[in-house]
Amino acid sequence: MNDRLAIYSEMAQENSWLSILPEISLGVLALLLLVLEMTLPKERQGLILRLALFGQVVILLAGVVFSSLFGVATEHTSFNGLLMHSVRGDVMRLFFLLCSLLVCHLGHQYASRRGLPQVEFIHLVLIVTAGLMLLAQSHNFILLFVALETVTVGFYILVSYSRGSLYSLEAGLKYLILGAFSSAILLFGIVLLYGAGGNPQLPGSSGDPMNFALLGSFIEANPDNILVLAGTVLVLCGVAFKIGAVPFQIWIPDVYQGAPIPVTAFLAVASKAGGFIVLIILVQGPFAPLERVLVPMLGAIAILTILFGNLGALSQKNVKRLMGLSGIAHAGYMLLGIVASFQVPWAANAVVFYLFTYLLASFAIFGVMNNMGPLEDGDMTLDDFKDLARKNPYNAAVLAIGLGSLAGIPPLAGFIGKLLIFIAAFKAGLYGLLGVAVIGVVLSIYYYFGWILEVYFWPSLVKAESEETIEPSGPGLIPAANSHRIVLGCLTAGTLILGFYQGALSYLL
Amino acid sequence: MELLQYLADALEGILDLVLFRGMALNASLLLVSIITPLLAAFVLLAIGGLTQKSTQVISMVGFVVPALISVWLWYAYTVSRLSGYAFTSDTATGLENFGISLKLGLNGISLPLYLLAGVVGLAAGIYAMFSEVKRKRQYLILLLFIQGGLMGIFASIDLFFYYFFHEIALIPTFISIAVWGGKGRRSAAMEMAVYLTLGALLSLLGLLALYSGSGLKSFDIASMRDYFGENPFSEVAQDNIYALLLFGFGILVSLWPFHSWAPRAYGAAPAPIAMMHAGVLKKFGLYGLIQIGAPLLPFGASQWTGLLIWLALGNIILIGLATVGQRDLKQMIGYSSVMHMGYAFLGIACFSAIGVGGAVLLMFAHGLSVALLFMLSDCIYQRSGTYEMHEIGGLARKTPVLACFFVMGVLANAGLPGFANFWGEIGIFIGIWKFQTWLIVPAVAGILISALYGLRAARRIFFGELSEAFAGKVDFEQISDVRPGERWPAVVLIVALLAVGFWPKALSDSLNDTLRSLYPANAPITRVVATEIPQNSAVASVSNTSSEKRTLTLPKQ
Repeated sequence: MNDRLAIYSEMAQENSWLSILPEISLGVLALLLLVLEMTLPKERQGLILRLALFGQVVILLAGVVFSSLFGVATEHTSFNGLLMHSVRGDVMRLFFLLCSLLVCHLGHQYASRRGLPQVEFIHLVLIVTAGLMLLAQSHNFILLFVALETVTVGFYILVSYSRGSLYSLEAGLKYLILGAFSSAILLFGIVLLYGAGGNPQLPGSSGDPMNFALLGSFIEANPDNILVLAGTVLVLCGVAFKIGAVPFQIWIPDVYQGAPIPVTAFLAVASKAGGFIVLIILVQGPFAPLERVLVPMLGAIAILTILFGNLGALSQKNVKRLMGLSGIAHAGYMLLGIVASFQVPWAANAVVFYLFTYLLASFAIFGVMNNMGPLEDGDMTLDDFKDLARKNPYNAAVLAIGLGSLAGIPPLAGFIGKLLIFIAAFKAGLYGLLGVAVIGVVLSIYYYFGWILEVYFWPSLVKAESEETIEPSGPGLIPAANSHRIVLGCLTAGTLILGFYQGALSYLL
Repeated sequence: MELLQYLADALEGILDLVLFRGMALNASLLLVSIITPLLAAFVLLAIGGLTQKSTQVISMVGFVVPALISVWLWYAYTVSRLSGYAFTSDTATGLENFGISLKLGLNGISLPLYLLAGVVGLAAGIYAMFSEVKRKRQYLILLLFIQGGLMGIFASIDLFFYYFFHEIALIPTFISIAVWGGKGRRSAAMEMAVYLTLGALLSLLGLLALYSGSGLKSFDIASMRDYFGENPFSEVAQDNIYALLLFGFGILVSLWPFHSWAPRAYGAAPAPIAMMHAGVLKKFGLYGLIQIGAPLLPFGASQWTGLLIWLALGNIILIGLATVGQRDLKQMIGYSSVMHMGYAFLGIACFSAIGVGGAVLLMFAHGLSVALLFMLSDCIYQRSGTYEMHEIGGLARKTPVLACFFVMGVLANAGLPGFANFWGEIGIFIGIWKFQTWLIVPAVAGILISALYGLRAARRIFFGELSEAFAGKVDFEQISDVRPGERWPAVVLIVALLAVGFWPKALSDSLNDTLRSLYPANAPITRVVATEIPQNSAVASVSNTSSEKRTLTLPKQ
């Protein structure tokens, strides 16, 4: 009995609870919101929202100040090897916090226009964010799976949050079935790896093959073991579902179309980023010895993903589906960075930089859509954006800059993101992949630029004066709250500043 | 504490930038010439309810300051400096780990083009300010952005910023064609956007290949040049990278058969945009080949010469004939600008100081003359309401000054002695005479073609009888001669054309000085059509080139 206690106390010494204070505070905040909703009188419910936003801002600021960004960056594990603390992990935690703040803001706007309950929405977003933040530091398959499931289960609810909308319900069902399927695949892969790694007859086996470091040394000793290869492929399939890579991209257009706009944004940015950070952790950690297999496999996936996303988006008129399909293409470009990271280690940081530029641009675009969207937003097409520039010049400018950044046009942030990934790919000698990426970018100019054309150039400015005086009508005219304008302005400014001056994220580069 | 330190460093950096600390006056002027138009654009963007007058004053500052600085720096440039670049400065922007920083400076090749950007930008700016357009503020904002980009392209020593400024200028071009353009503007803008993005990305890949191939961790052109002088790329790599640059830049410069976007886009573009794009921005690609491509990859250049000659002849002869067939004045000028790019490509193909020097002079002169012609075609449209040449006639009776300008523009375009174009063409002809003598025949035929369509257009529009269609459509008595807002830009352009036409030394001395350190004085004899020579002798020709280069640079030290 005492032996066991001794082991436990030894293990407990590694539990540095302080290091996961942001995740804990998010959880506490989420629970507090529910309690407050029950106890506070109706007329003071507005306080809850303010508390939620304020709390997140405090956590975010504290995270920036106390993070390892400005201190001495050392990688170390805690919780007996469950978590790995690194600069990249800290950056990604801030990334997810930023996402959560933006999603709460959009969600508040979305839900209040449609009379949906708001506190539960924020509660779920906070829990999902805490899960994502743990995911970014995971160093063990158990923790990885639990964190990933926390995220996924939260998303099941969020996707079908708009209960009155058939699109949303359909999307929720699709996401549930396919998500459960992919989780099963992931779990199956983990079990295979566990089984192989725990086999004492194989060289390098250990008592804890869930741990990435131990698993890594086992895989290095047995790179050709069929179980290892099968397990690796299955795990990567599960991750490919999250990032929307071919052939696990089928769910994206439907789910993006049906989910409420803030959730679509959350899925597009945070869930994808979660997938990528897991992928980075895996390919730089336990799967690094499998470079021989993974480079061609991931390379082929990247090519198919870029082509599928861009070709699918070419003729797409529904804007939410368009964002989904173009998001697939962006996942392809980032996969290019991942493939390069086998040869060029800083390529992984370039992917993180790309994620930041993607966050800024995507949230700006979804923010505009959220602001102008009709109540049933699943049907929003490019036609709804006709002449937005005259109806709402501010939103139009934000949208154009966001789209330009996604298309990778200098001097916007998206260009720098693409440039860094291209440089990395060059250094790694991936010329064929680069060629495909260039084709993809050229294709993407067509639909992004087409969208901007809809916003700005309809009908002709050259035509008669009388047309100028027509009362504008239709969507796009909801008066935006100042807070919304400020948020959009900050995102756009971020896109511009990162395009001109990358020093702000220099610790990544 | 670390956070404070970080903030303090950032503040320090911004202060350095704002106060131009640690820069010589002329070097900081170079930066000012780029920032002023951008700043003017931001001021117009940020402040809403400006009066017509103050909008004009602000944008005037944004166009005049770079033009004055470009003339001053041309004056201050002294020939023969050892470092190769004058007025250099270096500003950090946060990508130092990749060897990217805002390095500015001018050498003999970039000086004429920098001057061109200042002059044409001024002319286009003045013309735009005094023309009647809707949403003039937004229009001027975009033009100022283009102007900032143009000044930056030719002032950058850093490859990254060279590309970056090009895109800053290119994007507003698409937008202004799509918004303020004429017939078919949407599809023309879309075609141009897709085509030019492809070209830009191919050339970006080429530039990145140079960067990663050097292993220098630097995008600095000068240090790359030193590095590749010592350790050139392998032959295969040179071959492939030069192909990327040639076709990437070729698309941007409308090399035949990648030219189809150009006449359509120029046909639809508003005049100042066409002036800036055809006049200056398009020279980006040629400048890239001359300054970067050929000197860094001499073997690659020699391998692709054979094909390049035929493509350039396609520009000269095929597009030349297409130009003759045009009925629409603006389309005709668009085709003519595509055609003259063929000469510049021929000059590059010579790979000799005289041929390339001719190409640079021609780029300078063509920029001025094509800008003049685009502007005058818009003036004609303002008066006649059509671009169809056969519907106009006898305009000279009411507009003698306009007619005079137009004839001068056409003659300059055809390379009449006395205009700057002549020196560019003569340089190229001497270059190809020593390189491949038979090429003279199609090249001279091209000159005849351009005289033919130019003079025919002048005759149709300005002389002869009034056409019936024209007489019925507009009130001939109401037509007035050029306004001051049209006269001054034209005068600026014509004066520049004539000045260099009569005194080419103004540009050629510095140009010659720089080119002789990069190119052999004459084309090497072994440099026949590349496909005919076996590999070994091609290698010999390269080593021959580099040894020649060394002997040429010796006298300077």
